[in-house]
Amino acid sequence: MKRKLLSIAAAAACALGGAAQAQVTDGVVKIGVMNDMSGLYADISGPGALVAARMAVEDFQKTSKAGLKMEVVGADHQNKPDIGSNIARTWFDVDKVDVIVDVPTSSVALAVNQIVREKNKVFLNSGAATSDLTGKACSPNTVHWTYDTWMLANGTGTAIAKTGGNTWFFLTADYAFGHALERDTEAAVVKAGGRTVGKVRTPFPSQDFSSFLLQAQASKAKIIALANAGGDTINSIKQASEFGITKGGQNLAGMLMFINDVHALGLNTAQGLIFTESFYWDLNDQTRAWSRRFAAAHGGKMPSMVQAGVYSSVLHYLKAVEASKTDTGTKVVEQMKALPTDDPLFGKGSIRADGRKIHPVYLVEVKKPSESKGPWDYHKVRATIPANEAFRPLDAGECPLVKK
Amino acid sequence: MEIFGIPSQALFGQLLIGLINGSFYALLSLGLAVIFGLLNIINFTHGAQYMLGAFVAYLGLTKFGINYWLALLLTPLLVGATGVLIERTMLKQLYKLDHLYGLLLTFGLALIIQGLFRNEFGSSGMPYPVPEVFQGGFNLGFMFLPKYRAWVIVASLVVCLATWYVIERTKLGAYLRAATENPALVQAFGINVPRMITLTYGFGVALAALAGVMAAPIYQVNPTMGADLIIVVFAVVVIGGMGSIMGAIVTGFGLGLIEGLTKVFYPEASATVIFVIMAIVLLLKPAGLFGTQK
Repeated sequence: MKRKLLSIAAAAACALGGAAQAQVTDGVVKIGVMNDMSGLYADISGPGALVAARMAVEDFQKTSKAGLKMEVVGADHQNKPDIGSNIARTWFDVDKVDVIVDVPTSSVALAVNQIVREKNKVFLNSGAATSDLTGKACSPNTVHWTYDTWMLANGTGTAIAKTGGNTWFFLTADYAFGHALERDTEAAVVKAGGRTVGKVRTPFPSQDFSSFLLQAQASKAKIIALANAGGDTINSIKQASEFGITKGGQNLAGMLMFINDVHALGLNTAQGLIFTESFYWDLNDQTRAWSRRFAAAHGGKMPSMVQAGVYSSVLHYLKAVEASKTDTGTKVVEQMKALPTDDPLFGKGSIRADGRKIHPVYLVEVKKPSESKGPWDYHKVRATIPANEAFRPLDAGECPLVKK
Repeated sequence: MEIFGIPSQALFGQLLIGLINGSFYALLSLGLAVIFGLLNIINFTHGAQYMLGAFVAYLGLTKFGINYWLALLLTPLLVGATGVLIERTMLKQLYKLDHLYGLLLTFGLALIIQGLFRNEFGSSGMPYPVPEVFQGGFNLGFMFLPKYRAWVIVASLVVCLATWYVIERTKLGAYLRAATENPALVQAFGINVPRMITLTYGFGVALAALAGVMAAPIYQVNPTMGADLIIVVFAVVVIGGMGSIMGAIVTGFGLGLIEGLTKVFYPEASATVIFVIMAIVLLLKPAGLFGTQK
């Protein structure tokens, strides 16, 4: 099995004897970063998320008085729910991991979500998109930090539908994530007065999208929505430009895009794309300072919103462990929800009863090559959507934890 | 006019796309078939060598300003040379052993090469521009055919048929085929069999690299581009009949077409249709469509 355990002993520089120490099982808070370390999502989460988690531990130690012992470990779930479930069980039963972080790929995230609840540990999801994590599948052990399909649909879908893009064709990655993104986007589009004229479910992952793009072209839809991510999105955009789709008057909407995708496509191909994200490194002095530190530790690559979310969620989790003096799953998550969140990357925010972390999100447009000062200077913020409008209303998610 | 509820014009477009993908399958499975047919090695490094081709072209362009045409010539030579090195130092030791050893060695090499590239370049990959002359496309009425894709079909057909001709119809090809049947006898006639085998492996690898260069402008140049493709290509080779040159070419294009059609009628199954066909063919004709039972 290719699973690699990149055990990174990060921490433990402090003496025993803090007040919280006594309550933490086996004396160590063990943070497990599980994601796609080698496949198509490795750049947006992957080893960079491990770097971010380590930075959170470092920064927490600078301010904490509790003297917690902490350790960060990582594993590769290869985007397969069975492998992810296996890792989660081994982590909890054998390796005494207290909290699982990141977990992109919605199908894996939903599986891990179940196991974490069963074992009463904590799940801080940053990488997965499905809004079901705080909807039907919500759990008292889970916090969904960075973004979700409803937020993307609402940000990008509404903005485009309102500016004349009223007929849509969906290219949907054929698994939990794509389906959720398609469903939420369709709802947002219909609400804004648009309609769907066609959709096609593409095997995940795919290399060649030209057949599907031809179908999209034939549909005459004004907007071709890419309900996919990572390498799938990159290849769809590249091939759409090759087949003259954008020149023919149809527009692409990348429903889930990351700065790494823009970097990989190059501004020549990516310019003008509009999408929604909850973090961009060049927002303010604090995000710039943190991102430069991250880049220095991660081969010069700027952080994606997923990696930023890993940092912030781990930091907030550690604060909650310190405050609640326990590492029991539901109790820590209760404490996380009670404490207002405040960190340099997402600013001030809060975590709702359904486990949804809310913060402002940004509708960004990719710069023209002439507007960019160099690598990673890619986005212009077109609009900021305030925290209370950016995410699905609490009562609309069908989460059983929310009292009606 | 409509065929099964799909406008015939759209269908033509999809068939053409299938043919384009088929030309990559054909090029790659051809290399595999040559290597298996003449060396009895199941070359699992093939996908990594295809990826190497794309990367060498990319690095050549960005670091040394080597254009597409030159890359088309130089890359197969360079990557083929690394193939020769692998054959001389490692594969050579395994000819007397079971196929499985060669498979394990080449599979391990593929993982190492991919790992090194991922470590260096990340997983999102790099863009390679479509060469100037192939910008734009032809409007065929029923579809917009990018010039570059048209070029891919033509180039791949020419390379495939030329390879088939050399191996099946020339004296050199006859030596090669004889050397696989009875190396000792051919050696006795004064032909340097080990060198011929080394060069054959190098040629098979060069074919993979050539496919890699041709793929670079279409797909993202990405460390896993070969890993995604190689399994399908192996299925193509198995369906065509392990080691059959013509089988590899015909099934490569044919399966591209079938996959293209699946993408229209039931897209969800397009990633599996080739394997379903493989299972059926293996049940009915275990040696593959063009293979001969030994």
